[in-house]
Amino acid sequence: MSAWQSALDAAGPQAERIARLWWVFLAVCAAVYALVIGFLFAALARRRGDPAPRPADAEATASPTSDRGLTRAVATATAATALILFILLVASVGTGKALSEHGDPNALYIELTGHQWWWQATYQDPSPSQQFETANEIHIPVGRPVIFILTSSDVIHSFWVPNLSGKIDLIPTHRNTIWIRADKPGVYRGQCAEFCGLQHANMALRVVAESPTQFEAWRRAQVEPAPAPDTPDKQHGQQVFTSLPCAMCHTIRGTGAGGRTAPDLTHLATRSTIAAGILPNTRGHLAGWILDAQGVKPGAAMPPNVLPPDDLQSLLDYLGSLQ
Amino acid sequence: MRTRGAVVLVLACAVATLSCWREKRQFRGAPAADARWAPVRIPPLQPGQPLPDNIKVGPYEGNAWAISEGQRLYNWYNCSGCHFNGGGGIGPPLMDDVWIYGSEPENIHATIVEGRPNGMPSFGGHIPDEQIWQIVAYVRSLSALESPDAVPPRNDHLERNAQPQPKP
Repeated sequence: MSAWQSALDAAGPQAERIARLWWVFLAVCAAVYALVIGFLFAALARRRGDPAPRPADAEATASPTSDRGLTRAVATATAATALILFILLVASVGTGKALSEHGDPNALYIELTGHQWWWQATYQDPSPSQQFETANEIHIPVGRPVIFILTSSDVIHSFWVPNLSGKIDLIPTHRNTIWIRADKPGVYRGQCAEFCGLQHANMALRVVAESPTQFEAWRRAQVEPAPAPDTPDKQHGQQVFTSLPCAMCHTIRGTGAGGRTAPDLTHLATRSTIAAGILPNTRGHLAGWILDAQGVKPGAAMPPNVLPPDDLQSLLDYLGSLQ
Repeated sequence: MRTRGAVVLVLACAVATLSCWREKRQFRGAPAADARWAPVRIPPLQPGQPLPDNIKVGPYEGNAWAISEGQRLYNWYNCSGCHFNGGGGIGPPLMDDVWIYGSEPENIHATIVEGRPNGMPSFGGHIPDEQIWQIVAYVRSLSALESPDAVPPRNDHLERNAQPQPKP
């Protein structure tokens, strides 16, 4: 298990380069800091030992030789500072350049749109029948570059999965791209890194890196429409979903629900969290979210709902069957 | 001299704090299912005492946040599919001063909840009541019936379309 959301526990080439740069900066800055503090204490200790000189003595002690020595020392320190900063600049620019290169024609394209406060991921494919949409949980194959095309529907958000790469903004009306590659399988948490409103802190996503065969199986399942309800209870649940406000915003492919403003719920039961990584996807949490989402995430677009108990249970049964 | 300057500064700051007023944002409204059972009263005849007309002013009159939310919902619920951005097309225009079913907040609210002949669907029970009132505030702002200082200075639909193209 990798460290949870840590930029120093790299799972891919970009994060590795960033982590290496971070260590270089840490080492250089720590050394400079230690030197400065050392000189400071040396100066303090020396001053304390001296008896307080009278003004006339001070004039006399500043001999031409020690004056020249001081000038030389200050000039050397200034030159060293400029040189160190220049080296750090070169290291930083070199890392930035390396991050933008990949050149693999076999990359996977995912369009990621930020919303207040969740992530919409659309998997691109040359064949439209193979494109599909999901939310807040992104599966990627290990060892294959993934190119994210990022934009936003409302305000500026920022995509940051520290174990995989640095951050990049999602800007309305503009498209940014970033590529990442995961070399180790695992679940990597990411978070919006640009303040985007009330629930900015509750806008998380997960990147699940898995072997290419597992990914292909997941992808095939996601392309399919939602499974048809197989019991009268689930059929009733589906009816509740499509006749109540749910269908005004949410899509379940294969049913009449085709709202385009909220997360696609076609395969809701395959996700491990709800509400953009805030709650585990369990029956109880889902019920709480449906009835009173504003209690969990005040300001989110999900309105409160009142359902008779039987309708709610059927709805939960149906949503739980969306594998 | 300096004391007087300090006093003037403090007073100026005190006056400036008067402008620090934030309108209320109500996130948790009544659920949509409640509005589903609201009675529709077409004739004025009623058993017993007539009910008071309790809603004369929309709850979001002059509320900038509600108007901008209404603008968002106007597109989310596809009002723009028929009324376009207020200019009309399939549905009647909303920016002019012609109101077939009345321009008062409660008239527009009733139109959205009940639906109207020749194509306007009934949204009652499908959209929470607060959101309907927010849409009402936005629709009224289209024909300048809302206070101009509460109306968003820029329309969302003026944005350049940023639909990313699929890559091979």
